[in-house]
Order: sequence, then structure tokens, then C-alpha cells
Amino acid sequence: MINIIKVLADKCVGCKMCESRCPFSAISMLEMGSSEHKRRFKLAVIDLNKCTYCGLCIRICKFDAIELKKDKVQVEIDKNLYKGVWVYAEQRHGEISDIVYELLNEGQKLAGKLGTSLSAVLIGSDIRSKVQGLIDRGVSKVYVCDDPIFVEFQDDPYTDVLTRLIKKEKPEIILIGATNIGRSFASRVAARICTGLTADCTSLEVDSITKNLQQTRPAFGGNIMATILTPEHRPQMATVRYKVFKEAKAEVRRKGEIIEYKVDTQTLLNRTKFLGFIKYTANIVNLSDANIVVSGGRGLGNKEGFKLIKELAECLRGAVGASRAAVDSGWISDMHQIGQTGKTVAPKVYVACGISGQIQHMVGMNSSDVIVAINKDAKCPMMQIASYALEGDLYEIIPNVIREIKLYRSI
Amino acid sequence: MNVIVCIKQVPSLTDVQIDPENGRLKRDGVESVINPFDEYAIEEGVRIREKVGGKVVVITMGPPQAESALREALSRGADEAFLISDRAFRGSDTLATSYTLSSAIKFIGNYDIIICGKQALDGDTAQVGPGVAEMLNIPHIAYVKKIELLGDKLIRVERMMEDGYDLIESSFPILLTVVKEINIPRIPSLRGKMFSKKASIKTLDAATIGVDAKRIGFSGSPTQVMKTFSPPQRNNCGEKFSGDAKEIAIALVKRLSTLGIV
Repeated sequence: MINIIKVLADKCVGCKMCESRCPFSAISMLEMGSSEHKRRFKLAVIDLNKCTYCGLCIRICKFDAIELKKDKVQVEIDKNLYKGVWVYAEQRHGEISDIVYELLNEGQKLAGKLGTSLSAVLIGSDIRSKVQGLIDRGVSKVYVCDDPIFVEFQDDPYTDVLTRLIKKEKPEIILIGATNIGRSFASRVAARICTGLTADCTSLEVDSITKNLQQTRPAFGGNIMATILTPEHRPQMATVRYKVFKEAKAEVRRKGEIIEYKVDTQTLLNRTKFLGFIKYTANIVNLSDANIVVSGGRGLGNKEGFKLIKELAECLRGAVGASRAAVDSGWISDMHQIGQTGKTVAPKVYVACGISGQIQHMVGMNSSDVIVAINKDAKCPMMQIASYALEGDLYEIIPNVIREIKLYRSI
Repeated sequence: MNVIVCIKQVPSLTDVQIDPENGRLKRDGVESVINPFDEYAIEEGVRIREKVGGKVVVITMGPPQAESALREALSRGADEAFLISDRAFRGSDTLATSYTLSSAIKFIGNYDIIICGKQALDGDTAQVGPGVAEMLNIPHIAYVKKIELLGDKLIRVERMMEDGYDLIESSFPILLTVVKEINIPRIPSLRGKMFSKKASIKTLDAATIGVDAKRIGFSGSPTQVMKTFSPPQRNNCGEKFSGDAKEIAIALVKRLSTLGIV
């Protein structure tokens, strides 16, 4: 039960095409001395410890010199029994999360291509008033699980009820927001029903013939994109990143079906106990939700520099971010840190002030739509990738930018 | 209190550069490190043992060279280590990995708390921790930023959410995934380094932990990579401005206004 990949030595010409394109650095070139050929030549060798059998090299090779035999996954699932696209309508403290509206928009497109319907699942307590808002945004059916046990999110009861509903109704696709809640319990749901789950997708397509969902997601901090399929299992589950899809537009008083899903809550798993919620009291903008992020780094030179960053952020109605260097220097709290060990953001505009662009920072912000860099060093990586690279002293440029914005608005 | 910490070895991002030719990571000569988020998991495990006794067992699933990650975990204070390694595990997605890890944990047995980092740096899925808990049929709490032991029967944790944090209580056994806010990992001590060099690390293969061949590796993985590609390039595609600060500012605001930002 193992996949087999091999290089056909008689066809490989040692052109190195596969070596340079392998995203997993699994291919290297071996110098071959040959008795048949007078000259020395190179042969591609695949490191099986690194190879993920993604098949990219096979498509790249112009000489058909790489052969892949994939192990067939044997599953006895009648895929035709699974129909419909579902969106998990996440709510927190009784309010529908914004990501849900983004998922509904994308879910509707997928349902259209598949010729099926879009449904939403709403789990919570005293949340029936939220149903119409979902229907207005294109949902034809809402499954409502309304019970005091669901008042706060806990993995056990939420997993249990969603799993039961999936087993009963058999949807073919389930989209869940890649929020802390979504990422915590979607994985449990997928494990319980033994199906595939793709994390943090940024693009979704369906193949109308195979009905497979093509789930594209960044891996390795956004340096590689991978398209992932769940070909033999149903439902196909995906968590989806914030802000990559547009929100579905509301159309007032649409009609839809509301299905109350009643469960005997006594039989629900519930092994943890929710004690309370402590809201952040400080005026902290949710970085992941922000449309504009203004970040400061080492180039600020001192703690005072963040006053200027905050001023620009306020002026642009954005949130304040920081590089790890600025956080480690004690200039700002680590709540603002963006990057590998901090938060990941994908705003419409990211303004990097005095941030050179270490890869650890880049992975946290490189999917922003527009990147503005302000830096003295025109050669630093951030200035290279920026949509607008502003070379100069940030202490001169930023006050001017603030002044010009105010001037522009006053016209 | 016995703690099992699950770690992963990942390629280090430090000093890694993006190849301007093809926009991929240059991985040649890149060293492998413990997934940064797992360092907090190891530290938290060691702190629990220091407070209430017991032992910290660290496990990883990976190729033979992942042993070095386990040795580093031992130098940071873990007591025992197991390498879960077998050719048959290759190609595992998060479901197959969760199954394999949970089978190994059942084999090792005798645990109260399992701690994982919130996600791995390379895959970024955050799916394996909750998946392991599900396969072991124990509860889990993700994104934990503080752990408080209430006697030997109860644990209280703070779970980080986007808008604040939740307080949650649970009995044992429990699986927790931790965020970096939870602690500051210690540097390996000299004694720890000596211990880690000498320690024997047992390898657990598929036969030892008794896994179902249909649920591991490729055949146990519902998801398949269809293709991989480089994200759209941003290099050198932008507009450059230099010179007078005021003129630069005017040019920027003009562009931001066409985007409807200002």
C-alpha cells in the first residue's frame, strides 16, 4: 500500500528542470559516469523522505522520465448519496461572525456550479432571530440547533451535534471559517466522520464532472500554494481564511426553509465546563479583521515612534501592527506582533514602516492586497515586494502623508 | 501528573531566503528545528512536572532524522522520548497523522495531559492536535494561554479567542494546544544537554503500535495534493518613490484615494 515514484534512467537527460521546480526540494542531480556515454551526464534522483508524490515533476518533465504510481485509496462511500453545500454559520455571543457572509457568497457559487442548494447550520442558544439574515444572503435551508447547552462554544457538544447532523443529512461540501472556533472543532468533526479537511483555504473551485472540490491553500507561510482534493471521501470539508472572499449581498425578505434540529442534549458529549469569558478591555483592534494595518519595526528606532504609527493608523482607520524586532525591544505589546509567531493578516492595505522584511514577518502579511513600504533602505526585501515603495526617512514621510490625507479629505 | 508532548520537526525559517528566480524557499542546507510553537508545549509540560511531579514524555512522528528534535526536547527538560517512524507512515495527511499519533499514545499509555503547539510552521493546519484528542476519545481545548492545576482532578485553562479569552475547566485526561503567550521557553541547560546526548530514544514502528494499515500513510489520507505552485510574484512589480518627503506623500495619497482607501 505504498506509492511508487521513479526516474527512468534511460529517458532522463539531466536537464534539471524538475530539480529547480520541486517545491519540496526532493530532487537532486547525481553525476553519473557512464561506459556507454563517453561524457559524464546527470541523472535526477528523488529523495523519498522529502517527496510528497504531488506529481508536479511529472508534468514538468519534457522527456516522460518520471513515473508515478499512486496507491488507490479504497473507500466504500457512495458519493452520490451526498448532496448540497453547507456553510457553518459561526456565532459568538449571539452574533453571526463576518466570515459566515463571506462563506455564503462562495458557497452559493459552488452550489450553482454543482446544481445543488446552499444550506447553513446555526448552532447556539436563543439565536432564531439570526436565521432570516442568513436566508437574506442566499441560503435556501437553515438547520437550527438552538439549546442553552450551546450558549458558549465548547468543542464537545458542538462537534457532537454537527457530526450527527452531517451523518443524517449527508452534504457533499462543508465550509467553515478558519477562526479559533472553526479551526478547533472542524478537525474533530472530520476525524469523527473520517473525512478530509483542508485548512485555511484561500481559493475554492469545483470540478463539475467529478464534483471534487479543489481547495487551494498557502503552505509554508505562503511560499507555496497547494491545491488539495478529497477525491474519495464525503463530505469534503474546508476551513476558509478571513477576507479572501467578498461578503454575500443581502436581499431583504428572501424565502427559505428553516429546519429545527432537535437533539436530546442529555446524550451530547460535554466533558469540559465553560466558566466565563473575559473580553479584552484595552482598545485593541482585531488585527485579523482590519482592512488597513499600519506596522512599525526596528527602523522606528525607539518607543516614541509608535505614536506616529498610531497616528497614521487612526488617520487611515486601521489597526496597529508590529514586527517582532519592535516587540522584542519592548516598544509595543506582543498583541500587535505580525508574522510567524504572531498574527497573520491579509488586509486591503498593509503599511510597513521601518520594517526590512525578514521572512518571519513576511509570512504574516504577504497576502495583503496592497503593500506600502516606507524605508531608508531601498534594497531591503520589504521595499522589493511593496506595491508602493517609499524611500526615505519615515519621520519625514509619515507626517507628510497624514497631512496630505487630511488635506485630501477636506477638499 | 504524566504529560505527553507532541512535537514536529520543521525546516527552519531563520536565514532562509526566497529564491528570486522561482519565488520558492531556498531549502538547501536549511537546518531542521523543533516547530517553534512546540517549544511552548515542551516548556509547559516541564513546568507542570516541576510543580506537581510525574514525567514528561515527548513524541514525534517523522523520518529517522527527527530524532534530533527529540534530543533537543530532552535537553529542554523532557524525561523520555519516542520516535514514531515507519516508511508506511509516509504521505500521511492530518487525519492519518492524528490516527498514527493517537495509536502511539495508546501504546505508551499512562498520561493525564497531552500538550501540542497550536499549529506547525510548515503545514499551518492546527488540525492534528484536536484530531488526536478525537481519536483517543478525550476532550481537547485549543489556543490555551494559561494552565492552572486545581488539585489532581481538575484543570482550569484560559483559551485565547479573537475578542478576549474563555475560562474553561476540565478533568483528566485532556489534550491542550498552546499559544506562545503561555510561557517563555527556557534555554537547554548543560545538564539537560548531557542527559539528552546519552538518552536512548525508542523507535515505534507501525507493527509495534499496532496500526490498521488502511488508516495510515497515503491509503489512510482522505486528502491528496493535486498540484503545488508558486504564489503570484510581487518582486519588483511595485512603484518606487524617492526624493522630497512631501512629494512622496502626495503621490501615495493619490494612489490610496484611487483605491478608495483615503
